[in-house]
Amino acid sequence: MKTKNNWKAWLYLLPAILFLAVFMVYPLIDVCVYAVEENYSFAQGEATGIGLANFRYVLSDPYFVQAVRNTFLIVIITVPLSTGFSLLIALGLSSVKRLQNAFQTIYFLPYVTNTLAVGLVFMILFRKTDYTEGLVNLLLAKIGLGGVDFIEGPYWAKMFVMCFYTIWVVMPFKILILTSALASVNQDYYKAAKVDGASSFRIFRKITLPMISSTVFYLIITGFIGAFKAYSDEVALFGTNLNAAGMNTIVGYVYDMLYGSSGGYPSYAAAAALILFAIVFTITYINLTVSKKTVQYV
Amino acid sequence: MKVVLENLTKRFASRSEKGKDVTAVNRFNFEIPDGQLVGLLGPSGCGKSTTLNLISGLETPTEGRILFGDQDVTNLPPEERGVGLVFQNYALYPHLTVEQNIIFPLQNLKGNQKMSKAAMHEKALEAAKLVQIERLMERKPSQLSGGQQQRVAIARALVKIPRVLLLDEPLSNLDARLRLQTREELRRIQRETGVTTIFVTHDQEEAMSISDLIIVMKEGIVNQIGKPQQVYDDPVNLFVAQFLGTPAINVLEGELRDGRLMIGGEAVLDMPGKADGAVWAGIRPEGFVLDGNGPFTCAMERVEVMGRDVSVVCTHEKMTGRNIRAIIPAESRVDTDQKTVRFSLKPAKVFVFDRESEARR
Repeated sequence: MKTKNNWKAWLYLLPAILFLAVFMVYPLIDVCVYAVEENYSFAQGEATGIGLANFRYVLSDPYFVQAVRNTFLIVIITVPLSTGFSLLIALGLSSVKRLQNAFQTIYFLPYVTNTLAVGLVFMILFRKTDYTEGLVNLLLAKIGLGGVDFIEGPYWAKMFVMCFYTIWVVMPFKILILTSALASVNQDYYKAAKVDGASSFRIFRKITLPMISSTVFYLIITGFIGAFKAYSDEVALFGTNLNAAGMNTIVGYVYDMLYGSSGGYPSYAAAAALILFAIVFTITYINLTVSKKTVQYV
Repeated sequence: MKVVLENLTKRFASRSEKGKDVTAVNRFNFEIPDGQLVGLLGPSGCGKSTTLNLISGLETPTEGRILFGDQDVTNLPPEERGVGLVFQNYALYPHLTVEQNIIFPLQNLKGNQKMSKAAMHEKALEAAKLVQIERLMERKPSQLSGGQQQRVAIARALVKIPRVLLLDEPLSNLDARLRLQTREELRRIQRETGVTTIFVTHDQEEAMSISDLIIVMKEGIVNQIGKPQQVYDDPVNLFVAQFLGTPAINVLEGELRDGRLMIGGEAVLDMPGKADGAVWAGIRPEGFVLDGNGPFTCAMERVEVMGRDVSVVCTHEKMTGRNIRAIIPAESRVDTDQKTVRFSLKPAKVFVFDRESEARR
């Protein structure tokens, strides 16, 4: 069993290995190679040397620093808020009896809606044009607050819309997962806790939360990774020239370096991508370490 | 604490619009004396668990009242009733240790009932000692056997010193040997604490062996309440007679004529003072006496030797169900070659029930 027929096992694995080699392993190696090749040019297909100059360039590029700042802000603001709100809504959903399915459908709709279509809706809500102030500004004016251009105005306004949008887009999936996690908790625990005289807050903190903690951590980890890779949502709101809008993200920066109007620098793109990888790797490692200490796998 | 159930009724709304409401418990009247161990017995779906939930407060009754002592608790939520409840699957919190599980109810106490940490530990240890699990305090429930989990659940229910202890099918998740041990344990714990205890079971042997009183329910209606032996010896109807006893009672078509019980043309037993009519004749397996000149004749099927006694399996045309099973002492010699076997019957072990109403006659 141990070594006999080993070639057969490799044969069965071959299709997957080939596929992964061509589309995963080779590009990964290629990215690493690009990242250390100095002054590589597409046209000549050659570089002047090997070194860390690309990393130095990227790290000192103000656009990249801006992109890192934006990305971190989006991550830090949206992941806890979206997970928290989703938990609240999931708790609400699991405690209503009537119309539960209707509510679930409503809360899930954003998930199946196209990102760009949602972006358009947000434009209508927030954008100031020559013809209208935007719906939100009209409402703000009603309660006596001055209008702000959320799409082309000050940085905080744009970041607010960005985070609002991201939270709104990622919540349906989290609500869905949390609702099913809550439903899978045995009702007898709640009955037992009720007979034992626990208040609803204590039941939530001492019973519900530990029971669904593995799901919550799953959502936090995937939420972090997803938010670090944010790009399409930004495009949906602010268009493709994110640098000009000051709303670029790391992935956006990588894309610009490759294909943007100022693009054609695969080495800078590769260096930025590797920096992003290092960040995501570190954060996920921290996440997993923390979760091992707190999550109850039951 | 005595528990009084007055006219207790629980109806559940039907799931479909046109369907009728389901009455799970129908006009339950009873007073459970203080400090007794009461077995609530019946087939599945008879409303016994609903009755338990009504007493615990997890369900509210449609009609009727529940009193603990002189206090009306009908509209009190579970936590204010002072009940301890042990679930069929124990419902131990899997992420907490045994000690944390037992302490949990104490940590919920409010106001002047609040306890110091040291006092809570002491109480928990006391409860754990009572059910003999004080060595397992640091374990998680998943590291315990079924019997140990059961004890933890009982300790958790007892730690607040409840006025009433309720157990839902406490032994059904245990294997046969553990079940025997645990029911002795239950009896001991109940005696030591003196807490009025009500437990639900569908296993008549379980109920009969440890209860002070048993309540036999069927389809939401209480059929009979009494001491186990008394209910067994004096069932009020065919259902109760059939539900109690293993092997089950033998039920035959019979007829009362001139003060005698007739089965298939034979006058098997004198029953003076009973009105004539068609009846069900119930004969307990131990009610048969091997007698060459006996009045009751059956066709011999086989003999099963069980050491302590012998089971004679035979057939009779008037028998409902498959075979008649008669249990006789092991010393008696049964000739298995003969085609028929004759018995005389012990009058105290033969009951007659009305053919229509199935009530005892």
